[in-house]
Amino acid sequence: MLGYTLRRMASAVPTIFIIVTLTFFAIRIAPGGPFDLERPLDPLILANLQKAYNLDAPLWQQYLMYLGNLLQGDLGPSFTRRDFSVNELFAQGLPVSILLGGLALSAATVLGIILGAIAALRQNSWLDNLIVAIATLGITTPNFVIAPLLSLFFGVILGVLPAGGWSNANPAYWVLPVITLALPQVAVIARLVRGATVEALRANHVRTARAYGLPSRVVVGVHALRAAMLPTVSYLGPTAAALLTGSVVVETVFGLPGVGRYFVQGALGRDYTLVMGTVVVIAVFVVIFNLLVDLAYAWLDPRVRYD
Amino acid sequence: MTDNTILSVRDLRVTFQTNDGPVDAVKGVNWDLKSGDTLAIVGESGSGKSQTTMALMGLLAANGAATGSVRYRDREVLNLSERELNKIRGKKITMIFQEPMTSLDPLYRIGDQLAEPLRHHAGMSRKQARPRILELLRLVGIPEPERRIDSYPHEMSGGQRQRVMIAMALANDPDILIADEPTTALDVTIQAQILELLADLQKRLGMAIVFITHDLGIVRRFADHVAVMRRGEVVEDGTAEQVFTAPKHPYTRMLLDAEPEGTKLPPADNAPELLRGDDVRVTFPLGGGLFRKPDYLHAVKGISINLREGQTIGVVGESGSGKSTLGRALLRLTESHGRVAWLGNELPRGIDEMRPFRHDLQLVFQDPFGSLSPRMTVGQIITEGLLIHEPSMSRAERNKRAGEALEEVGLDASMRNRYPHEFSGGQRQRIAIARTMILRPRVIVLDEPTSALDRSVQKQIVTLLRDLQQKYKLSYFFISHDLSVVRALADHIIVMKSGEIVEQGATDQVFDAPREEYTRRLMEAALSTTRFRDAS
Repeated sequence: MLGYTLRRMASAVPTIFIIVTLTFFAIRIAPGGPFDLERPLDPLILANLQKAYNLDAPLWQQYLMYLGNLLQGDLGPSFTRRDFSVNELFAQGLPVSILLGGLALSAATVLGIILGAIAALRQNSWLDNLIVAIATLGITTPNFVIAPLLSLFFGVILGVLPAGGWSNANPAYWVLPVITLALPQVAVIARLVRGATVEALRANHVRTARAYGLPSRVVVGVHALRAAMLPTVSYLGPTAAALLTGSVVVETVFGLPGVGRYFVQGALGRDYTLVMGTVVVIAVFVVIFNLLVDLAYAWLDPRVRYD
Repeated sequence: MTDNTILSVRDLRVTFQTNDGPVDAVKGVNWDLKSGDTLAIVGESGSGKSQTTMALMGLLAANGAATGSVRYRDREVLNLSERELNKIRGKKITMIFQEPMTSLDPLYRIGDQLAEPLRHHAGMSRKQARPRILELLRLVGIPEPERRIDSYPHEMSGGQRQRVMIAMALANDPDILIADEPTTALDVTIQAQILELLADLQKRLGMAIVFITHDLGIVRRFADHVAVMRRGEVVEDGTAEQVFTAPKHPYTRMLLDAEPEGTKLPPADNAPELLRGDDVRVTFPLGGGLFRKPDYLHAVKGISINLREGQTIGVVGESGSGKSTLGRALLRLTESHGRVAWLGNELPRGIDEMRPFRHDLQLVFQDPFGSLSPRMTVGQIITEGLLIHEPSMSRAERNKRAGEALEEVGLDASMRNRYPHEFSGGQRQRIAIARTMILRPRVIVLDEPTSALDRSVQKQIVTLLRDLQQKYKLSYFFISHDLSVVRALADHIIVMKSGEIVEQGATDQVFDAPREEYTRRLMEAALSTTRFRDAS
C-alpha cells in the first residue's frame, strides 16, 4: 500500500508538469497582458515594468524560469497586486477557503448520507419523495441565487447572522457561506446514497443477512450501507478538491478573502503568475484527493488491492 | 398432522403487485415436512417453487404479499413481525441460496459473517464464536479452516462459498434447512460434492431439508418426499418412490420424460473435412503494467481437432476448462496461435478478412436473454446477417426468408414483427437459432445453447438441432457441461480440463467406457442415480 501511494505520487509529477505547461502557453496565447490598461501606459514605463518582471525575455526562457522557481516552491510575484507574491496571496486566502470548504464538505457528507439512507429505507414513502424533491431543488438552484437569498433573510430581515464579511475568530461569519457551499452537495450526495442503498438492499448478500434473522440495524448499517458508500466516495474526491479551493460566487457575494476569486481575477487581469498559481494549487488538490479516494476504496472494498 | 411434522404449509398464496396488475405466483399450496425428512419441491422456472419458501422466510420482494398459514412446531410463522420472525429464521429455520457467488457479503471476512448468526441468536461474543466457526468450517470440509476463517468471499471458489453458506445454515443447529437450487450455479463434480455433504450432514445432525430444484436427477438421489409444482400449484405430491415409479399427473410424467433422448450416428467415412485446428493455443495476459511483469493465463494449450461435414463434436468440461475459448478461437473470434483451416486453407486473422467466412461459420450463445438486441424486432434481428452477406437481396425476399427461418425453428412466421422481450427463454433460443440458420451456414459453434433453459424446453431444442442438422448436413461444435444433452447430440466427444484434451473418442465409448479418471468422475457426478445417503 505504501509502495502504491509513492508510485501514485510519482506518477502525479508528469501530470502536473503537463498541466503547468499547457496553462503557461495557453494564457500567453490569449491577447493582452497584465499591464494593458484602459489608458495605455507610457511605452518607457511599460518597457521598464516588463523588464522588471522578465516579460521581455523570450517565451521559452520565461517558461524555464517559471519551472525553476516552481520547483523551489516559488509561484512568483503577482502582476496585478504589486506588493504581494502569489505565495503570500495563497497563504492568506487558502486557510479561509479550506476552513469553509472543509466545514461544507463535512456537513454535506454527513447530512447527505443520513438523508439518502433514510430515503432509501423508506423508499416511495412521502418522506422519500420529500427528500428527493428537496434534493432536486438543491441541485438545480444555482448558488448565486441561494447566497443572496440567505444573506437577505438571515442577515438583513432576521438580523441573526452577519450578511457578509469575514472574521477568523467569529464562527457566525462562517455559517451562511458554509450553508451555501454545502446545500448543492448535500443534494447530490443524498441522491447518490439513496440510489446506491436501494441497489444494495436488493443485493443477494443483504437477503442472506435478513434470512439469518439479523436485526435491521445490522442488515442496513453493516451490510447495505458499506456497499452503498462506494459510489459516494468516488464522488467526494473531485468535490473535495473543488470545495477546498474556494468558490468565486460565494466569496464575491459574502465578501470573503478566499482564493476562489483569484482564478477569475487573475484570468481577467492577465495576471499570469496568479492564474498559474491557482492552476497548480487546484491540480495538487485534485491529485491528492483522487489518491485518497482510491485508498479509501481499497479500505472499504477488500476486492480492490493495489500492490 | 402427525406428531413428527415440524412444518406445515396450508393454502399458501403469494401475490405480486406489478404494473400489469396482480400476479398470483403461488396459488394455494399445501405440504408437510416431517422432522429429519427431505422434501423436494420440483418445478420449472416460474412455477412458484422458490416464492413458497421466500414467503415463509419473510423474504418476499416489497411488492409481494402472502396469505394462508405456515405452522412451525404449532406456531404460526407466516407474516410474523420482523422482530418475532428474527427469533426463528437463521436459528431454527435456515436457508441457502442458488447464487453462492453473491450470497456472502464481499466486504467482510467469512469468519465475521459466520459469527453474525452466532452472536445474534446464541448471544456469543466474537471471541466465543471463533472456535465454533472453526468447527463449522471443518464440518463442511473447508481445508485449513484456521487460515480460511480470515478469507474474503472473493478469495474462495463457488463450491467453497456454498460450503460456507452451509456452515452458516448449520451454526445454530437448525431444525429445518431450506436449500433453494443450491447447486445449480456449480459445476457437476462440485454439485455432487455439495449434495453429498448435505446428505451426510443430514444423516449426522438430523435436520429436515426442503430442497427446491428443477433437476429431477438430484431429486431422485436426494428426496424422501416430492411435491411437483406447476404455475403456482402443487400438481402432484407423494413419496419419492411413488412419484418416480408411478407418476399420476401428466405434467410429472412429462418432466420425467424430459431427458433428451436418442443418439447420433457418426458421419460417413468419406464425409469431407470442413474445419481443422492444429495446435490451437490461446493465452490471455493477466494484469501487468508499468511496474510489473504481466502474467499469462493459458486458456487453450495446443489443441488439434478436425470437424467433418455432418459431424457433431461435443465438448465437455468444467467451467474454466477452456471449452468456450476453444470454440471462439476456431471461429477466429479471439486471438490464437496455431493453425485453423477451413476446407484446407488457413483462415485469415483480420476482422474484415474473416467477414466472407462468417457466412459459413456461425455461433449460437448460451444466454437467450442477452444475445438478442431488445430494441430490434425479431424480423430485423434474424435478417441482419443477410444485409451483410447477401446485400443484393431485396427487402421482400429478406422478409420471406425471415418467415421461413422462423417456421423452420418451430415459430410462427407472423412473430417477426414482435420484440424479443415478448418471448420465453426457449422461444428466444429458437430465434437465435433462426438468426444463424437464415445464412445457411455449414458449421455452427453452439456454446451451451440449452443451459439456461428448462429440461422440457431443452429436449425440444435438442430435437430441433438434430432435425436441422439432418436437413442441411450441418456440422456442430457443441459446447456444454450438460452430459445428457451432449450424449443425445454428439457423435464424437472431447473432454477438456485446464485447456487440454484429457480424453476423446466416439460418444458411446467415452460414456460407456471412459478411460481417464477425470472423465469417470464427470460421468459419475452427472449421471449416477445412487441415493446420496445410501452411497456414503
